[in-house]
Amino acid sequence: MSTATIALTSEQSASNPNRGRVGMFSLIAAESAIFTIFVVAYLFYLGQSLSGPTPQQVLRLPILNSVCLISSSLTIMFALRALGNGARGAFLLWWAATIALGGYFLIGTGIEWKRLIYSEGLTIQTNLFGTTFYSLVGLHAFHVLVGLVMLLIVLLLALAGAVKKEHTARAEILSLYWHFVDAIWIVVFTVVYVIGR
Amino acid sequence: MNTSYTPSSIAGVLDTPTRKEGGKTIFEHLHEWATTVDHKKLGIMYIVYGLIFFLVGGVEASLMRLQLARPDNHFIGPQLFNQLFTMHGTTMVFLVGMPIIFGFANYLVPLMIGARDLAFPRLNSFGFWLSVMGGLILYFSIIGGMGMTGAGSMPDVGWFAYAPLTGKAFSRGNSTDYWTIGVLVGGFGSIATAINILTTIVCLRCEGMTLMKMPLFVWLSLVVSGMVLLAIGPLTAAQIMLLLDRYLGAHFFDTQAGGSAVLWQHFFWIFGHPEVYILIIPGFAIASEIIPVFSRKAIFGYPVMVGATVAIAFVSFGVWAHHMFTVGMTSIGNTFFVISTMLVGVPTGIKLFNWIATMWGGKIRLATPMLFCIAFLFQFLIAGLTGIMLAVAPFDWQLSDSYFVVAHFHFVLVGSLLFTIFAGIYYWFPKVTGRMLSEKLGKWHFWLFFIGFHVTFDTMHVPGLLGMPRRIYTYEASRGWGTLNLICTLGVAIQAVGILCFVANILWSLRSGKRAGRDPWDAWTLEWGTTSPPPEFNFSKSPVVKSRRPLWDIKHPSDPDWKYE
Repeated sequence: MSTATIALTSEQSASNPNRGRVGMFSLIAAESAIFTIFVVAYLFYLGQSLSGPTPQQVLRLPILNSVCLISSSLTIMFALRALGNGARGAFLLWWAATIALGGYFLIGTGIEWKRLIYSEGLTIQTNLFGTTFYSLVGLHAFHVLVGLVMLLIVLLLALAGAVKKEHTARAEILSLYWHFVDAIWIVVFTVVYVIGR
Repeated sequence: MNTSYTPSSIAGVLDTPTRKEGGKTIFEHLHEWATTVDHKKLGIMYIVYGLIFFLVGGVEASLMRLQLARPDNHFIGPQLFNQLFTMHGTTMVFLVGMPIIFGFANYLVPLMIGARDLAFPRLNSFGFWLSVMGGLILYFSIIGGMGMTGAGSMPDVGWFAYAPLTGKAFSRGNSTDYWTIGVLVGGFGSIATAINILTTIVCLRCEGMTLMKMPLFVWLSLVVSGMVLLAIGPLTAAQIMLLLDRYLGAHFFDTQAGGSAVLWQHFFWIFGHPEVYILIIPGFAIASEIIPVFSRKAIFGYPVMVGATVAIAFVSFGVWAHHMFTVGMTSIGNTFFVISTMLVGVPTGIKLFNWIATMWGGKIRLATPMLFCIAFLFQFLIAGLTGIMLAVAPFDWQLSDSYFVVAHFHFVLVGSLLFTIFAGIYYWFPKVTGRMLSEKLGKWHFWLFFIGFHVTFDTMHVPGLLGMPRRIYTYEASRGWGTLNLICTLGVAIQAVGILCFVANILWSLRSGKRAGRDPWDAWTLEWGTTSPPPEFNFSKSPVVKSRRPLWDIKHPSDPDWKYE
C-alpha cells in the first residue's frame, strides 16, 4: 500500500446498486414510518371527537384532485423516458405537466381547506377530527410542496440547458420521491375519505 | 497534512499573524474542521461532541446522587431535581449515546469496507451539524426557557415527557418546546446519518467483500441504520403532534378534548424501545471486533451472530408496551408484550454464548480494551436477567418506576454500552491518532470505573426492591433507604475518579503516547491495513478481499482464511 498515484476510478463496482436509489429508498422508509404514526393517530381518533363537525358532514371526495396527482406519476415517467431518448422538448413538456398537475393538487387542497375553515367552521382546534385531518393531510401536502420545489429546480435547470440525457438516472431518483408522495396520497385518500367518512 | 488548503476566498479575514512556520493558524484549523466532509474528521467530531456532553450529563447525575445521599436533604430543590433528571436522560440518550455510536460508524465503516468515504459526504456533514444544533437548542433552554411567560428554565418533564404533563396548562414557558425541538432536530440528523451509513454499506464495499464477508461491526452498523430509519420516524411524528398541540391548539394529547395521554406513551415507546437496541447493538459491534482480536481467534459462529442481530432488531419493534404494563392494558396485550420481550432474550443469549465461545481456548490478552469487553459480557448478562424479570408483567407492576428499573437500564446503558464505548476508544485510538493510550492509566481507569459502577448500580437494585420510587428528590429517614443511597453516591465518586483517569489518559497520550504504527494489536480487519492516522483517501488503491479477515490472509499467506470459509 505505497503512495502510488490515486486511481480516480469510480468507487462503485458494477454489481453494486446505485447509491442514489438506495439513499432515496432509505429516506422513503423513514418517511413511511412518520406517515404510519399519523395514519394510526387518525384511525385511533376516528369518531372520538366530543363535538362536531364530523367527517360525514363536511368531507367531499376530492376526485379531480386525486386524479391529477396520480396521473402526475405517469407524466413524470413519460418525461424520464423522453429524457433517456434525448428528446428535450418532450421532456420539458411532460416535466412541466407534472408540475402543473402537482400544483393543481395543492391549489385544490387549499380550496378544500378554505371551504372547511370558513364555511364549515372546522379548524385544527375544533375537535379531534380537525386535529388529525389537518395534520395528516397537511403533512402530505407539505411533502407535495417539497416535491414541487425540487421538480421546479430541475425544470429551471433544464430550461437553462443543464439537464441532459446523462442525467436521466439522477432525475429518476427524484421521481422515486414523487411516486412515493403519490402512493402516500392513495393511503391518505383511503383512510380519510373512504374508511373515515 | 499533505494538503495545502487555504480559505483564500475570504481574503484578509483569516490572515492572522499567529501562523507558525509551515503550519496552519488556529482559524484555518477551525475552518477546516467546520467545513470538512471527511468521514474521519466527522467521526472524531461526533465522538468528541458525545464525550463533552457525557461529562455534562455525568455532572447532572452526580448532583442528583449528592442530593439523594442522605434522607431529608435540601441541597437541591424539587424543581431543579426534575430538571436535572430530564436533562440527564435526554443528554445521555440523544447527545451522548447517539453521537458516539454514529461517530464510531462514521469513522470505521468506510475503512472496514475499503471505501474512500461515506456515500454522501456532504449529507454526512449536514447530519452532524443538525445533531449539534439539536444539542445546542436543548441546552439553550437554560437561558432561553424563561421565555415570555417567565416560567421554568430547563425542561422538567422527564426524558419521555408523558402527556398531559407536556400540555400548555402544565408546562408553561418555553422549556418543553426547547426539549421537543432539540430532540426533533437531532432526530433529523440521525435519519440523515443512518441513510448515509446504510447506503455506504450497500453500495461502496470493495471488491470481494460480499455481505457475509463484512466485519461484524459493519453488519451491526447496517442493522442499526435500518432500525434508526424506522424508529426515529415515530418519535418525529409524536414531536410534531406535540408541537401542534402546544402551538396551534391541536388536541392529540389533550385529554379534555377526548385526546389520549396513553397514545403518547405508545408513540414514544415505539421509538423508545428500538432505541435501546439502536444504542446497545453498536456496543455488540465493538465487542465483536475486540473479543476475537484479543482472544487470537476468529469470531465464533459468524452467521449466527448476524442472524441473531437481525432477529433482535426485528423483535425489538414488537416489545414497546412492556414499558407500559402499569397503564392497564388488556390481558391479551400484556401477554403479547411479555412473550415478545422474553423472546428477545433468545438471540441475545446466543450472542453472549458466541462471545464466550470465541474466548474459549483462545490466547487471551488482558489489555485495556479486552478488560472493558469482559466486564461488558458479565454486566450485560445481569442487565439481561433483570430485563427478563421486568418483562414479567406482575413483577413489573410491583417494581415499575422504582430504582430497580433505574438500576436495570443503567446496567444496559452504562454497564454494557459505555463499557464497550470505552473498549472501542482504547482499541481504535491508536488508529485515529497514531498514538497508543497509556495502558497503566487505562488499567486505573478500568478498575476504578468498574468498582465504582458496581458499588453504585448493584446497590441501587435494593432500594428499588424496598419500594423507593425513581424521580423523587428526597425521602424520609424512617424509610431506611439512607445507607443504601449513600453507598450509591460513594460509587459515583469512584466512577468520577475513573473518568478523570480517562480524560488524563487522552490528553497525555495525544502528546506523549507511544507511536502506534499501522497495526498495534495485530488485528485482521481492513482499517489496520492503512497508516495511523489514515490518509484522507484511506486507501491509495481500493483493496481486494477474499475472506472475513483480509489482514490475516496477508500475514499468513500459507494458511489464509479463504481456504476454510
